[in-house]
Amino acid sequence: MVIADIKPLEEIKGMLKGYERVLNVGCGGCVAVCLAGGQKEVDNVNTRLALSCKTESVILQIDGFTVERQCEVPFLAELDQMVKPYQALLSMACGAGIQFLAERYPDKPVFPAVNSTFVGVNRDIGWYEERCKCCGDCVLGITGGICPVTMCAKGLFNGPCGGPKDGHCEVSKDIPCAWVNIYDRLKGQGRLDTIHKIYAPREWQDQVQGSIVLEAYRDRYTKQS
Amino acid sequence: MKAGSNLEKVLSAGKFAVTGELGPPRGADAEVIKEKAHHFKGIVDAINITDNQTAVVRMASWAASTLLIQEGLEPNYQMVCRDRNRIAMQSDILGASVMGIRNMLCLSGDHQIFGDHPKSKKVFDIDSIQLIGMVRKMRDEKTFLNGEALTKPPQMFIGAAENPFGEPYEFRVHRLAKKIEAGADFIQTQCIYNMDRFREWIRQANDMGLTEKVYILAGVTPMKALGMARYMQKNVPGMDVPDWVIKRLEGVEKKQQAAEGIAICCEQIEEFKAMKGVAGVHIMAIEWEHRMPEIVEKAKLLPRPMV
Repeated sequence: MVIADIKPLEEIKGMLKGYERVLNVGCGGCVAVCLAGGQKEVDNVNTRLALSCKTESVILQIDGFTVERQCEVPFLAELDQMVKPYQALLSMACGAGIQFLAERYPDKPVFPAVNSTFVGVNRDIGWYEERCKCCGDCVLGITGGICPVTMCAKGLFNGPCGGPKDGHCEVSKDIPCAWVNIYDRLKGQGRLDTIHKIYAPREWQDQVQGSIVLEAYRDRYTKQS
Repeated sequence: MKAGSNLEKVLSAGKFAVTGELGPPRGADAEVIKEKAHHFKGIVDAINITDNQTAVVRMASWAASTLLIQEGLEPNYQMVCRDRNRIAMQSDILGASVMGIRNMLCLSGDHQIFGDHPKSKKVFDIDSIQLIGMVRKMRDEKTFLNGEALTKPPQMFIGAAENPFGEPYEFRVHRLAKKIEAGADFIQTQCIYNMDRFREWIRQANDMGLTEKVYILAGVTPMKALGMARYMQKNVPGMDVPDWVIKRLEGVEKKQQAAEGIAICCEQIEEFKAMKGVAGVHIMAIEWEHRMPEIVEKAKLLPRPMV
């Protein structure tokens, strides 16, 4: 899932300066699971904002509403009437959701309340780890299910650099060396031959904006033109 | 004097400057540079050396620039943001300065999708405006981008590009202002064909007082043939070729088209010479270096000032 992190309150306040009536829109998707942008976090941010503004005698009426997912049109449509009285919108969805919200209401200033940080996993409560760079050309099949694009600090494709020590990456002893782990896992599976071959310079697939239309739906989106 | 380059001297003396452009070869071949370079001798004030233009691999622009210096000519070293991060860029800037390079043009760079390695990874660690600011900081504040002191600052006359024909048009002059604020000393524009739009852009720049803060060199590219004009009109991003250019070339015989292209170019240069806010002309005769002496002579830009 997409992992996000709530922005510092001061930064959010700075963006909202001058707007007296704001709707904070949460998202019930990934950001709710990682405790960054669901209903609970919307309430929390709004309470802190209101309190802070009151203390500083700043006028701000901030309300909250959380949609199922901000990255889908039918869920956003619920907001069409609701947003009308607000001067600006705050969004606690990931960057994709925020942009989709802003696209739907182009006349409304939309501000992000979270930083989207990575596609990752829920290691334990409140503990998230990055796993995927969405590079568009997955190599996990030959790297023992461990991503060198994401987990190797240099993004190397042909084994570890000269830096690992005691299984850690040279950049930090808190970060395991992806390639030591890849090696160990493939060795355990008897598949080391896959990383003995030279992996050629790759054809990067993520250098322009991505877009996928499933084969089965292609007619539906091309007929119109 | 900020860097003491010939180009800086010509411009600060109030002379109408002339720059040319030379693309390095696709091989470790110094002779190509030397051969192309001799066409420029005595007819331009500096020569832009492109940095892997259109994202096609060529000899390093700093290396080709040093070869040009050996030939007694002055390079305008181009650097794009596509292929290097800030570490490599600052390192290259120091290296270029120590090799005697005194002008540089800071560009974002064409996307690699247009080049010969379309699936390479882009860098764009910093953008062109940030690059301008970084060079200025190194030169004037004697520090690296991170604020740490450097021992001896690079001497660079800092250039930037601007495209008056890119969308949104109203924003273009404000982008020019940002480049000046970041530290640009001179500007070379995209190839101009749409004179109406250029006149409007320079008027805005004059009104905002920008032309008093920066030297603007108007970019021109003589059309070699009707086919080239049609191609540029349809296929080159950021290029605005009005129909009148096509019609003029259609109106002459095929073997007269090159001469007509040069004639159009010279007429434009005549107008630029008298245009308030235009400090010179940047002639991009793409793979047409051998015609440069003729173009510059016909445009009555000779002799070049000795400053």
